[in-house]
Amino acid sequence: MKNRHGFSGAIGIPAVFFGLLFFGSALWAQVPQSSAAADSTGPPAPQPPANVRIADKPNDAGHGLIIRWDLSPDDGSGLNNVSVYEISRSASPDGPFISRGIIARGNKEYVDSDNLAPTQERPNPNYMPAGSTWYYKLTAVTEDGIRSAETAVVSGTTVENLFHFGKLPVLVGAILFTIMLMYLIIHAKRGKKLYVRPLAGINAVDDAIGRATEMGKPILYILGLGTAGDIATIAGFTILSRVAKRTAEYQTRVLVPVNDPVVLAVAQETVRTAYLEVGRPDQYNPDNIYYVTSMQFPYVAAVNGIMLRERPATNFYMGVFHAEALILAETGNIAGSIQISGTDQIAQLPFFVAATDYTLIGEELYAASAYLSQEPVQLGTLKAQDYTKAIVMLFVILGAIAITAGWPFLRNLVTINL
Amino acid sequence: MKREIPIIIVGVTGVVMFFQYFIPTGWSEFIFTYGQDWVMVIGILSLPLGIWSLVKANVLKLKDPKERFYSAVLLAGFLAMVLTGLKRESFEAGSVFMKLFNTILIPIQATVFSLLAFFIASAAYRAFRARSVLATVLLITAFLVMLRFIPLGPISTANLGAVAWILSVPNMAAKRAIMMGIGLGAAATAIKIILGIERTYMGRD
Repeated sequence: MKNRHGFSGAIGIPAVFFGLLFFGSALWAQVPQSSAAADSTGPPAPQPPANVRIADKPNDAGHGLIIRWDLSPDDGSGLNNVSVYEISRSASPDGPFISRGIIARGNKEYVDSDNLAPTQERPNPNYMPAGSTWYYKLTAVTEDGIRSAETAVVSGTTVENLFHFGKLPVLVGAILFTIMLMYLIIHAKRGKKLYVRPLAGINAVDDAIGRATEMGKPILYILGLGTAGDIATIAGFTILSRVAKRTAEYQTRVLVPVNDPVVLAVAQETVRTAYLEVGRPDQYNPDNIYYVTSMQFPYVAAVNGIMLRERPATNFYMGVFHAEALILAETGNIAGSIQISGTDQIAQLPFFVAATDYTLIGEELYAASAYLSQEPVQLGTLKAQDYTKAIVMLFVILGAIAITAGWPFLRNLVTINL
Repeated sequence: MKREIPIIIVGVTGVVMFFQYFIPTGWSEFIFTYGQDWVMVIGILSLPLGIWSLVKANVLKLKDPKERFYSAVLLAGFLAMVLTGLKRESFEAGSVFMKLFNTILIPIQATVFSLLAFFIASAAYRAFRARSVLATVLLITAFLVMLRFIPLGPISTANLGAVAWILSVPNMAAKRAIMMGIGLGAAATAIKIILGIERTYMGRD
């Protein structure tokens, strides 16, 4: 049976059902549409930043650019809804642009740099070689992730700089210091008598060697854990030379366990030369200067063992020391040795002061060669250091006054921008 | 010439590295990296010298009854580590070399390091004895600072301001003065080395 529309009941019911379903889906589809309409009328997008400029990053080898902009009108005012700025970069003005960084609101500058040159094993598509041109655009983004329109694409080229102007105060200071040093060396060479205050630690060296001779026990000389390139170790060689000369004269053994093969070679040469200079080359025994290990605590264990077995009359600690300083000095104390120490490691100085009899503090260790040789050339360098210290103190006082008074010029003059 | 050539090499290298510090170009970076690589190469080349010295000194000590035991242990340990560490796989987890390293060497190192705690106590005892006015000041100051850093709850935090002042004013002033002296001393020594005035790094005056 057909109705007047020609639909049979069997077809009509499903048709109505599907019709209702279609109508219902159409209605349901209205729901997200109306939601989207609510979004577009909800939190509005912020305005983008303006006046984007690109400049070369100064004082580098051409691996960076600085992106600057004027704040979006909605950053801190207007809608006040800017949360961050996103900086995107591309090697071509047409893209693709990749995000290079996000910076908080209120900032007007972003440094984009990458100096890690790619290799076969480690590719780096972000590397910025010198002379390369890069294209940037910025977007302001709200906390909800709503983005502003993008700024116009702006380009910049990296430039290799020939001088690091941020280090200019260092260069000026070094040149002035060298001039003063040269002047005082020439002055001292002309025969002008320069006074240097006596150092107890240096004066005690000869007494300590004499004690070892009287007791018939060896001297233990520790050059620390530094390398032959460390200034404290170089100063340690100078004092070792003096100690070796005296021990050669008094025929006392000096033991030098070291932790670096290069230090070993220099120490052996230092002691050998000292024995030669006092006319006792036959007394020199290279086996008294020996390599132990490069590892910190095994070195400590070895040296502590030497102290407790040999019971040296005198221990010298001259060079770079770390956590082992106190372990060595206290063991030396238990062994009943006279101990003279010197280091430029500030953290270890209190331990040496507490545990040894004499301590050369920082620059006193460096000054050892001038004290021991008493050569005018060497003494001239000490005087240059003293005068420079006086100038630094003057700068500190003037700087404190200037900052207190709100004048930053002196601080700006000496600030180093690395 | 044996004396002059090293002085010239050191002088020229010193001047080049000084100016390199102020020149940020690519070739300047290359010189710096190349120089550092050379230092590493020299260090590696000198290692056989150290090994020879270590073995020779301890073989000689085998003749001394007092030292014999320690030298024998050292030489046995040295041989064990060399033999087990010859293969590339020796440095993988679970290898004999790594087992020896992790179960013998590391605990021994930790033991030696932990001795520091006892030595700090004994050194502090001597340093803090109130024998003079200055030693008494040191004792009181140290007591205040230590009280701050031990976990005693409200007692630890009571003197927060005083300890902060001690650390940031008198302590910092002394530290900076020493650091300034060290900086100037290091610069003066570097200039002396570049100019050839300081020559002890060659093993002679």
